Amino acid sequence: MTPRSAPSIRVDLQLIAQMIEPNSRVLDVGCGDGMLLAYLGHVKKVDGRGIELSSEGVNACVSAGLSVIQGDADTDLADYPDAAFDYVVLSQTLQAMRAPRQVLIQLLRIGKRAIVSMPNFAHWRLRMELVFTGRMPRNRVLAEAWHDTPNIHLCTIRDFVALCESIGVMIERALFLNDQGSPSHFGRSLALANLLGEQAVFLLSSQKKVTNV
Amino acid sequence: MGTVASAMRAHERLHSKLPPHHGPLPGHRAFLGRDTPLKLDCGAVLADFPVAYQTYGTLNENRSNAILVCHALTGDQFVAEPHPVTGKDGWWSLMVGPGKTVDTNRFFVICANVLGGCMGSIGPAEVNPTTGETWGLRFPIITIADMVRAQAMLLDHLGIQQLFAVIGGSMGGMQVLEWAALFPERVFVAVPIATASHHTAQNIAFHEVGRQAIMADPDWCNGEYWRFGKRPHRGLAVARMAAHITYLSESKLTEKFGRRLQARKALSYGFDVDFQVESYLRHQGITFVERFDANSYLYITRAMDYFDMPARYGGQLANAFRDTKVRFCLISFTSDWLYPTPESRRIVHALNAVAANVSFAEIVSNAGHDAFLLDEPDFRRVLGGFLAGAAQHRGLAAPNSR
Repeated sequence: MTPRSAPSIRVDLQLIAQMIEPNSRVLDVGCGDGMLLAYLGHVKKVDGRGIELSSEGVNACVSAGLSVIQGDADTDLADYPDAAFDYVVLSQTLQAMRAPRQVLIQLLRIGKRAIVSMPNFAHWRLRMELVFTGRMPRNRVLAEAWHDTPNIHLCTIRDFVALCESIGVMIERALFLNDQGSPSHFGRSLALANLLGEQAVFLLSSQKKVTNV
Repeated sequence: MGTVASAMRAHERLHSKLPPHHGPLPGHRAFLGRDTPLKLDCGAVLADFPVAYQTYGTLNENRSNAILVCHALTGDQFVAEPHPVTGKDGWWSLMVGPGKTVDTNRFFVICANVLGGCMGSIGPAEVNPTTGETWGLRFPIITIADMVRAQAMLLDHLGIQQLFAVIGGSMGGMQVLEWAALFPERVFVAVPIATASHHTAQNIAFHEVGRQAIMADPDWCNGEYWRFGKRPHRGLAVARMAAHITYLSESKLTEKFGRRLQARKALSYGFDVDFQVESYLRHQGITFVERFDANSYLYITRAMDYFDMPARYGGQLANAFRDTKVRFCLISFTSDWLYPTPESRRIVHALNAVAANVSFAEIVSNAGHDAFLLDEPDFRRVLGGFLAGAAQHRGLAAPNSR
């Protein structure tokens, strides 16, 4: 087997990768075709595992030599022991969970840290689209029509921050992508991030501690 | 490498002590347990007993490229070559061979006839050297764990400390699970396919039908048919027919046969073969008895029925794999109703509970349980990819360009 060259990956996955220490143990929940896991294995030498619902995704991952199981994050996370991983990653998947709150609690039980990336439903373009067209807004991150989308629990950055507060999850770091796909801090203002951030990536841990975004 | 070479030379070729329907068999035969006999789960002890096995490919210098393939209930060691009795292709010749998914240019593949089998390993059809008589029903009851302990003795004999992989489907998968539980330090990766961690009531029920069919055949002669020059062909064929149905799926049977008639235009209004599916099953039964021993069938189905790993570990399968370093890849098939996907998932859950390194893929197929023996491209891709990735982790060189 020839070594795989470092795959180039989406900007949001790069942001996730930046948050991960080399040689750590990582579980990627909803790992799709394994792009992030392959990247992390290659660049960060992590011991990576994945869970994926679709059999196409699982077959692609296992065929590529990644340790991935076919499973459902809504039910199968309960199996893992506490603190089994250094990081549990949930990339663009929380909004597709049946029980996002429970999943978030599970992530921080089985991982010492969790990394969650999500689309922000309060991005100004989406707000405008809803106001002016009266139709469910769509953009390149939320591309499917309302009847086709797997995203059943969309939320805003503020909503997510509030959820973290309510269950005692500490946000260690937060990164945002604007609608050009470029990372930005928006002057560390939560209101601005919620307006201008198209996507958000959060590094979470379970120690209760007040923090600014 | 001297020991391996001399061990190889010391292998006795199969010549003698075979059931009357066999000529000499190709392959190797080792006599194990001369110094330290094998203590069976039932309490009996086997000393100086034969295990017949076959190998493909070459063991590398570090002895790190060995793959043990574990065969299923009616399989044998002839994985990737024409069967010496039937002349048909080896049961996994689609999967094992030069350049194939289990690439014998890269790996040294070993497959041993299981304990209790009838292709040269010790079993009820073999002669007990102490009495000079065929074992028959005096052969002790064996378990899946016993089979695996005998295989471990074979590895000692071959001078192989750690297997790169142990792979098997169905009963072979049960052996794989036992390998990972009993000898975790001797297994780098474990690939249990289309299998379960215990036999369910339904599994036991189907096996009991098969055993009763054999024992109801007057030619079974209370298990001593060889004394009377008989073999319970009819009973064994019925057992095979019933079992064969469980290896397929309703959709596969419909696709293959539907209600099509066999060499006739109309129903016969009798009990001859009217339907193609009847003809197919009868053929399956008749060809099976050529190559299989009825008492072996009783013993091996019993071993499977007794298989219950969680029970041995306080009801928690996870306890069997605590702190395991073994990398697992489980594979199931959507239409397998003999060992359906939830059985594999149960094992995956147990492995997750101990944070083991595990992959699990469910392959879409309508071929039923037998899918693991058939040409399923997704299955081959998944298994091949997993083995390639694991081989890289193990530091096994890729095969030279062919």
